[in-house]
Amino acid sequence: MVLAEDLAKQQRSISVAEFFEKNKHLLGFDSPTRGIITTIKEAVDNALDACEEAEVLPDIFVGVRRVDADVYRITVEDNGPGIVPENVPPVFGKLLYGSRFHQIRQSRGQQGIGISAAVLYAQLTTGTPALVVSRTGAKARAHRFELMIRTETNEPEIVSHEEIDWDRMHGTRLEIQFKSTLAAKKRLVDYLRLTAIVNPHARITADIDGEVTTFERVASEVPPCPKPVLPHPHGIEFGALKRIAAASTGTIDEFLVGSFSRVGKKTADDMIALAGLKPSRKVKNLDADELRRLLDAMQSVKVPAPPAQQCLSPIGEDLICRGLEKEIALDFVRARTRPSAVHGGHSFIIEAAIGYGGKIPAEGNAQIFRFANRVPLLYQQGACAITNCISQVNWKNYGLSQQGLPVGPALVMVHVASTNVPFTSESKDAVASIPEIEREIVLVLQELGRELKAYLSRRERKKQQDDRARAICSIIPEIAAKVSEIVELPLVDTSPIEGRIMRRVVAKKRTHDGKVRIDVNNYTGGEVTLVLYNLSRDAATDANPRPDFVDEIDGEYNKVWRCTLDAGAAWQVVYTGKGDGSLDLRGVEDGRKVVVDLDV
Amino acid sequence: MSREEMDALARKRLVDIARGWYDQMRDGIVPYIRLPTRTKQNIEYDDESEVWKYGDKESTRSAATEKSAVHLLKMAYVIGFLKQQLAENRSSTLRELYYISEGWKRAKFAAQDESNLLIEDLEIITEVQREAFHLRPEEDGASIFGPLRIREATRRGVKEMHCQEDVGEAGYPIPNNVDNLDFIDHDAKFVIAIETGGMYARLMENGFDEEYGAILVHLKGQPARSTRRVLRRLNESLNLPVVVFTDGDPWSYRIYASVAYGSIKSAHMSELLATPQAQFIGVQPSDISDYNLPADHLTEQDINALKAELTDPRFATDYWRNQIALQLEMKVKSEQQAFASRGLDFVTKEYLPKRLAEMGVI
Repeated sequence: MVLAEDLAKQQRSISVAEFFEKNKHLLGFDSPTRGIITTIKEAVDNALDACEEAEVLPDIFVGVRRVDADVYRITVEDNGPGIVPENVPPVFGKLLYGSRFHQIRQSRGQQGIGISAAVLYAQLTTGTPALVVSRTGAKARAHRFELMIRTETNEPEIVSHEEIDWDRMHGTRLEIQFKSTLAAKKRLVDYLRLTAIVNPHARITADIDGEVTTFERVASEVPPCPKPVLPHPHGIEFGALKRIAAASTGTIDEFLVGSFSRVGKKTADDMIALAGLKPSRKVKNLDADELRRLLDAMQSVKVPAPPAQQCLSPIGEDLICRGLEKEIALDFVRARTRPSAVHGGHSFIIEAAIGYGGKIPAEGNAQIFRFANRVPLLYQQGACAITNCISQVNWKNYGLSQQGLPVGPALVMVHVASTNVPFTSESKDAVASIPEIEREIVLVLQELGRELKAYLSRRERKKQQDDRARAICSIIPEIAAKVSEIVELPLVDTSPIEGRIMRRVVAKKRTHDGKVRIDVNNYTGGEVTLVLYNLSRDAATDANPRPDFVDEIDGEYNKVWRCTLDAGAAWQVVYTGKGDGSLDLRGVEDGRKVVVDLDV
Repeated sequence: MSREEMDALARKRLVDIARGWYDQMRDGIVPYIRLPTRTKQNIEYDDESEVWKYGDKESTRSAATEKSAVHLLKMAYVIGFLKQQLAENRSSTLRELYYISEGWKRAKFAAQDESNLLIEDLEIITEVQREAFHLRPEEDGASIFGPLRIREATRRGVKEMHCQEDVGEAGYPIPNNVDNLDFIDHDAKFVIAIETGGMYARLMENGFDEEYGAILVHLKGQPARSTRRVLRRLNESLNLPVVVFTDGDPWSYRIYASVAYGSIKSAHMSELLATPQAQFIGVQPSDISDYNLPADHLTEQDINALKAELTDPRFATDYWRNQIALQLEMKVKSEQQAFASRGLDFVTKEYLPKRLAEMGVI
């Protein structure tokens, strides 16, 4: 008994701020290098969410500046709607204060922890307050705050507050300082690039220790802001049901129809009958056991899937492709947005894209881009359901080699949009493995894989055709020349081979004994009209036939001939010259022509 | 066949290849060439000649792809060059051919291996040896020491030599073209072909040749064609048994196999180059344990080479399967000079006489 009493003296409640002070890693502040990225991520997420809600095109500035040996000042400024002065202290100076926690819709931030955790982290490492400037519109002046968090009580402490002039019409600026390093600079730039890819309507300018990078927007329309929806009966837990039931004044059937999505009169009646309750009872009078029976009934009656259209905001196939292409040079890119699906009563939509070639490094694993609600996931790739799904797909079927992950010059992007993205931890680094979500990811990747394979085999065919064209039109004539010389017979004509194999328009240039000869053969089945361009230092004054047009620039002559050739017809021009320069053929599409320069 | 007749034959066969292509192209056919597949999977034992030759598998090289077209172009250039060389009665080495191709633009060889292989292809198609194209190998032949009198037609007249009395410490060097070499008489009981120079010198110093009537032939590693032809002729025309003495590792067994059965690379000439009666004397894997020889561990490559030999048709006998299995089990290899651990005379006084007696050579 004495011991229990002694212990009782030590037992007291813990403020959430104190808790996170001790458990920084839970929020992504486990190391100073990561701290910078987490801070910027939280601030940028908030800025993008706010701009979306206000329907303005986001214009975001991110600054990282070294102010002391190991102290950096982080600045994030947006052109969002601003924050009314009375809300500024709790938004930045109180953990778990937010506007979106109680809403069911897709948003980046949710709990209202992130940005205040950054303020707390700054205060822990340097002891300096956070500086916030916010202005809500042209008619108001800007408010400037210096804020700290009282960790014992989790309440904001206003160090200073004044009204100032600010050249921005509306928006918010946050400056905080903390101990860190720029070791993860590349990762920070990667994070901003990825953010720009999935927010193609945003312009992000970053000034990282003097190095300025701008990620331009490719879309000039603000995506529709997802609207909150009522909870779905399949996605609710006992505690939440009890809370909303207690606040309700209606009868059970009114409550079910009015407080949940997709529940009509008939569905409500089914639920009530299954729970063995009277529909006319007031829902707030139900005891715990009756509520539990109601919950069971709500979850066993079949209910249509929750409405996804209004509460989710997928990026869209076209914008994903444009977003990727603007940041990374690619030879091939395709995106897919799946129809919405449901996990545990929460709507979700999977979007994915595959890119190939271009500037992607050819060596090593394919690049994996993971996103949840338009936020890039940077850490714990191995623990993420997205990565797991990518490994599950048999990429060898689609023309990529594979060692767990696909290998080669490819990128795989997956975006999970949901009213409730199931993360493995509060630092929101990895998506938990939920069968419904995994199934959708695998399906969309297989769809895209088939398109990739079609592209790769097209490319391979094209390569083989080009390879054959070079062999037939350029090397066989050389073999013919050498062989004719050996057997001491007239030069054998290789055009029958060309005609039979190529079935295209073939243009050849060959220079011999000071004479340049250009041959054009139409081996296609139809008539072609073409324009021949020959750019070289030869004036070709004695050309026969004469060029239709000659253009001279700095001693280079661009000679142009037009001709129309019937199927099987041949055309030739000869002139005196050295034969260097280039030959080009227009008027015939790429797959139906071969241009060979035998002088090279 | 006279030299002129040989030149005319070589010229005709080379030009015939070009003529074939000329006709193909005239008829609107993409030029191509057929060749036996030159791999381990396509060598077969020929009962009549008792050597390994290429089988029936053929591959076709058609100028329909850039790579193959360039290959044919190179072949055409080489044929053109050889035709001219024959006409001018000049000769060149394989290395010189490689350098001459520098001026052939797209037909230029990337490495000497490529030009060597192409010459071997031409030997196969024309069924004449590269010497008939007036091409000499760079490799110098090995040397002979023993009771043998030879006559060689050199550019500076005919010379006669006794391979013990008229030669220095290094022995008589085998010329590149052994067609110019005749054996006059001998006083030998057998021929012993030796892989390393150290062991060749050891046998010479210990007077092994005199004591046992042995002709010593130094192989200098993987033997040149001329060395293999000399071994075959010593065996065939003088009726002398041939034994091969090498290190006890997988690479050395391949030296023995190329002497006895022909090599995969030159299987088209096995009948001229291989000595089917040649026997392997050692170092056998069983010798390593029997004589407790100093040994090294097998490397990864050694083990892979031994395993590859288990699938090589030339090693498909009980003797070799047992020896290779034993070596894989012991995981060690020994050099022939490891016998020195038992005294410098051990190899000539005990090991070789005992093995030769076992094999019925003496």
